[in-house]
Amino acid sequence: MSLDVILRVGTKLLLPFIQLFALYVQFHGDYGPGGGFQAGVITAGVVILFSITFGLRRAQLIAPKAMVERMVPLGVLIYAGTGAAGFLLGSNFLNYSVLAHDPVHGHEWGIFLVELGVLTTVSGTMIALFYAFVERGR
Amino acid sequence: MALLTLLAVVTVAVIGQRSLFAVVILAGIYSFLMASVLIVLDAVDVAMTEASVGAGISTVLLLATLNLTKTTAIQSGRPRLAPLILALVVGGLIVWGTLALPPFGTPDAVIHTHVAPRYLARSVEETGVPNVVTSVLADYRGYDTLGETTVIFTAGIGVMLLLRGFRRRDDERTERRK
Repeated sequence: MSLDVILRVGTKLLLPFIQLFALYVQFHGDYGPGGGFQAGVITAGVVILFSITFGLRRAQLIAPKAMVERMVPLGVLIYAGTGAAGFLLGSNFLNYSVLAHDPVHGHEWGIFLVELGVLTTVSGTMIALFYAFVERGR
Repeated sequence: MALLTLLAVVTVAVIGQRSLFAVVILAGIYSFLMASVLIVLDAVDVAMTEASVGAGISTVLLLATLNLTKTTAIQSGRPRLAPLILALVVGGLIVWGTLALPPFGTPDAVIHTHVAPRYLARSVEETGVPNVVTSVLADYRGYDTLGETTVIFTAGIGVMLLLRGFRRRDDERTERRK
């Protein structure tokens, strides 16, 4: 895929900041707007933008198809696993109070893990869908 | 009000368009306007989702779909009356339904007097998370978000199976022809 140099250099400059913003949205979701879902979509946007500018083959070197497709169920498992952890440690399903020594820390951990699960599933699904569409078009 | 007017203008433009490419771009513009409306309504989290999903990912996926299909809408025959009447009736019912809602921002509306005050008051001491939207989504209503994640998982798997299943059948056909 031979595109304008300006486009390629511009994309290269933008990508790290977009990814950094996605991480900010993910980990600062406790204090500001955002969370796993939005961060997942922005992360997928990074890979999709890279794929549009530099071609699908190179994008799949960064985010291989097998990995992306495994992320889709993995996120749901992380989420449900966090719930089950509370269940196994002697409380209700999805009750985070027992995940750490005191309930407030337990809740912080629970929310962190759950958001991680959402991030994994959402970004995995979006990238996998994009791959599926593009590969069918070829 | 200006934003809502722009929304209406974009909607009319979408109806008038025959080129599907223009429709996809207009849908992206619609999503960004909707995100701005949500920011005006102080729903920043929802606005962020609308901007990233509605204007970002959906536009990309719709363009990818156009890559697989034709980019102009098929000219339909004579205009039919039944869909117009149906749309007007449903629209009228929705507007009629909103008349029964309490005015925007009423403090004693039902939704503000049930569990919301408790979430607002105890979120920080119970979960250590100052953003109540996050604590409600991931903690108090954790079951709902688990369901949402499962919905995304199921939808993604479904679309991937559809796209790939057809492809395999095509491959088999071309192989048979050989």
